[in-house]
Amino acid sequence: MTNPKKDGGNANGQPVLDVRNLDVSLVGAGQTRVVRDVSLTVNPGETVCVVGESGSGKSVTAFSIMGLLSSEALRCTSGSILLQGENVLEASAERLRDLRATTMAMVFQEPMTALNPVETVGDQIDEVLRIHRKELGKRERRQRVMAMLESVHLPDPERIYNSYPNQLSGGQRQRVVICIALILEPKLLIADEPTTALDVTTQRQILLLIRELQEKHNTAVLFITHDFGVVADIADRVVVMNRGEVVEMGPRDQILAEPAEDYTRMLVSSVPSLVPDTRAENRNEIVLSVKELGKTYSEKGFLKRRRDVAAAVDINLTLRRGEILGVVGESGSGKSTLARCVVRLQDPTSGEVVICGENIAALRGQTLQAMRKRVQMVFQDPYRSLNPRLTVGDSITEGLTNFGVSRDAALARARELMTLVGLSPDVLQRFPHQFSGGQRQRLCIARALALEPDVLVADEAVSALDVSVQAQVLALLDDIREKTGVGVLFITHDLRVAAQICDTIMVMQNGRMVEFGAAADVLTAPVRPTRAPCSTQRPAAIGTSSISALYERQRYAADFRHPHPQRDDHRRHRRRALRRGHRHRRRPHHADGRPSRCQGRARDRRQWPGGSARLHRRPYA
Amino acid sequence: MFPYVIKRVLATIPVMTMVAVVVFAMLRLTPGDPAAILAGDDASGAQLEQIRRTMGLDQPILTQLFVWLKQLLQGDLGVSLISGTPVVSMIGSRVAPTISLALATIVLTIIVAVPMGVVAARRPGKLLDRTVMTFSVMGFSIPTFVIGYLLIYLLSLKLGWFPVQGYSPIEKGIGPFLHRLVLPTIALSGIYVALVARITRSSVIDVMGEDYIRTARAKGARESTVLLRHALRNAAVPIVTVIGIGVASLITGVVVTESVFNLPGLGRLVVEAVLARDYPVIQGLILLFSFTYVLINLTVDILYTVFDPRIRY
Repeated sequence: MTNPKKDGGNANGQPVLDVRNLDVSLVGAGQTRVVRDVSLTVNPGETVCVVGESGSGKSVTAFSIMGLLSSEALRCTSGSILLQGENVLEASAERLRDLRATTMAMVFQEPMTALNPVETVGDQIDEVLRIHRKELGKRERRQRVMAMLESVHLPDPERIYNSYPNQLSGGQRQRVVICIALILEPKLLIADEPTTALDVTTQRQILLLIRELQEKHNTAVLFITHDFGVVADIADRVVVMNRGEVVEMGPRDQILAEPAEDYTRMLVSSVPSLVPDTRAENRNEIVLSVKELGKTYSEKGFLKRRRDVAAAVDINLTLRRGEILGVVGESGSGKSTLARCVVRLQDPTSGEVVICGENIAALRGQTLQAMRKRVQMVFQDPYRSLNPRLTVGDSITEGLTNFGVSRDAALARARELMTLVGLSPDVLQRFPHQFSGGQRQRLCIARALALEPDVLVADEAVSALDVSVQAQVLALLDDIREKTGVGVLFITHDLRVAAQICDTIMVMQNGRMVEFGAAADVLTAPVRPTRAPCSTQRPAAIGTSSISALYERQRYAADFRHPHPQRDDHRRHRRRALRRGHRHRRRPHHADGRPSRCQGRARDRRQWPGGSARLHRRPYA
Repeated sequence: MFPYVIKRVLATIPVMTMVAVVVFAMLRLTPGDPAAILAGDDASGAQLEQIRRTMGLDQPILTQLFVWLKQLLQGDLGVSLISGTPVVSMIGSRVAPTISLALATIVLTIIVAVPMGVVAARRPGKLLDRTVMTFSVMGFSIPTFVIGYLLIYLLSLKLGWFPVQGYSPIEKGIGPFLHRLVLPTIALSGIYVALVARITRSSVIDVMGEDYIRTARAKGARESTVLLRHALRNAAVPIVTVIGIGVASLITGVVVTESVFNLPGLGRLVVEAVLARDYPVIQGLILLFSFTYVLINLTVDILYTVFDPRIRY
């Protein structure tokens, strides 16, 4: 155990959760085991992170503990799950219901869908009390819900109480889900990728909130994640899973700094660096230039005043042949609006979008149709952007046949494209559900490239993928840029992704462009004055650079990485300098004199990634 | 919520006006001279002229339209060409059996079909689900009049539990009124039960896959709470839509049932009026049906917002 403070909680020192040799199998003929011989423990006040890629069995393990596996599909076949000494696998349905929310509770991955859309959030939190605290009166319940809403730092609890989920942001909804999970102060909190679907700022806030509430109630936390940044930030111990088995287990620092297994090393090292390679300046011709683009959404209602929302204001950018321009910003900063205006899925309110010398901002009908093949888009969710009823071949050739290419020629082109994106040409007969997420994104890229566009717009194209798959798809995009010379407008909220692939980066905030420059400059020296893209006029400047805020939030994620001494000595220095600048938010001591967890953590971190010599070796080539 | 309801109610006015104009135009443009029908085969030309003048048929068509719309607003639907009684009172005397039958059918459908669908959705593919779905297929495929005559044969003629035919007004006592309504209601509701049960089942199954159902279970909620409180309400929109469509088609569907059970309702009035080319009566009935349709749509739209607060058009 890395965490020495184990007071309170359990008198006899037994762990809150003790999973022993758990097997979970698919129901049916094969009885394939999707979780094999998994054992792990979580102590009071401790955070155990379970990491692994999609399909590693980490979520299945979590759902087994809660008894939430769909009994038609998956079944726990052997082993035991002891919750405070009680085996939940043998508990009756009624007992299991009693344990949920009172002793064990869960926070889910998707805050957007985890709440019932037709009930107010107050009612939904209240329901937990109605189920488990029948003795409480209406007023008492309301007071407790209000207190809980306040404790998760939701503004204006009164309003939130009466809101429906669709009126709240993702972060707010996740806070509500946390309220539901923690209102009865359970001993064990299972968090299944609770921050994955949130943007970085919110991610950070939610992690801090979980930790704060954990400290307050000495809750044991089992935290499922695939993000090593999160692991570095919150874990006491780490359990690494692969293909249903525990690969490695140990204290956080040991796992991150000296992983014993190749698989763990692969996971740890596939987290990309925040510092981009310097790239040669691109002097090719301009394929896309956006001038003073603006997009305003108007909301008009009966008996209501007209409301205008400026989603993009005065955007200027240029993209050259073979260049990858990253557009970064948080949710709601207007990145996607920009992307949609550029491909004319939305009509810009003002300004110009010039593609290969032609302004498409105001084109209509046939002329617009003809320009569509010059600019193509790759969408965020590869699971939903391919028509499930069409074969992959049909999806890819559809654009070509729309533009009058014969079916045979289109198929020949599709086969070429398959080779280009690293898939076998034989797969054209298959349907999208037969592919993995990474393969589907390859297909989407192939589809977008079919018409040989000059500009490719990738809207969060790798955000839904595992880190290791992400790296492959990014490498593919880089490769394609080299081979075809397509200019890529790469929308992302993840600076690590942007650092890996982008030549230039533009930062957006509140619909405005706040920084623009070479990736290396923007990411490593964010506070420098920004270079305006195509005019001498500087974009609307703000006090402190927005990217530095973004950077500060995301940097922690890259901290634990092993420095690569041969390649980037300078990076380490820069990172260290940055770290010294603004770190260590000091937290007050506990009333009883224990040092707060955060301070202990900050101390740990100061020691490890930058400093000690043993970390300087590169773990593997 | 409130402005929304006002908006929907106001939106029905142009719709109703359109319907009125179309109904008027349709009947004037169809061949056949009402004056000639009224006067009989051996009427003279002068008699025909006389009838036309009293009915206003000699006026320009626009004048006729405005006169008609004006009377409409005053609640005057004209006078039957055949019997000479005002259309409003003709409809009034026939409306009670139809409304009773329609309402009883809707209530029976909802009471039976929604629980059936929910029960089936609980464990899709299992025995209970298949049984429910088999009944549903039967409900679909057996025509109303077949069910009707089967019920009469079994329950009235063989067992003598119910009267064979006929209608007893509610003023003459609620017992006989309900007693005579049982068989027609069962016969008519068969198809609607099948339809609504199917929709309930499939939309509840859809909703059961949603993440918030998992959240509800993680709260420790009972399976019945999960089904009724979380799943059913979210599944309500398609169910309400289908019930709305069902009610609308019910109004026209009563024609057969009323004939089988010899109920003096609107359905039979339609048949009589059409056969006799009784224009004012047909117009009045079409208007009444259209108005009902609009009203049902309005109710469905408002119910949407009750079940799903996200819906605001």
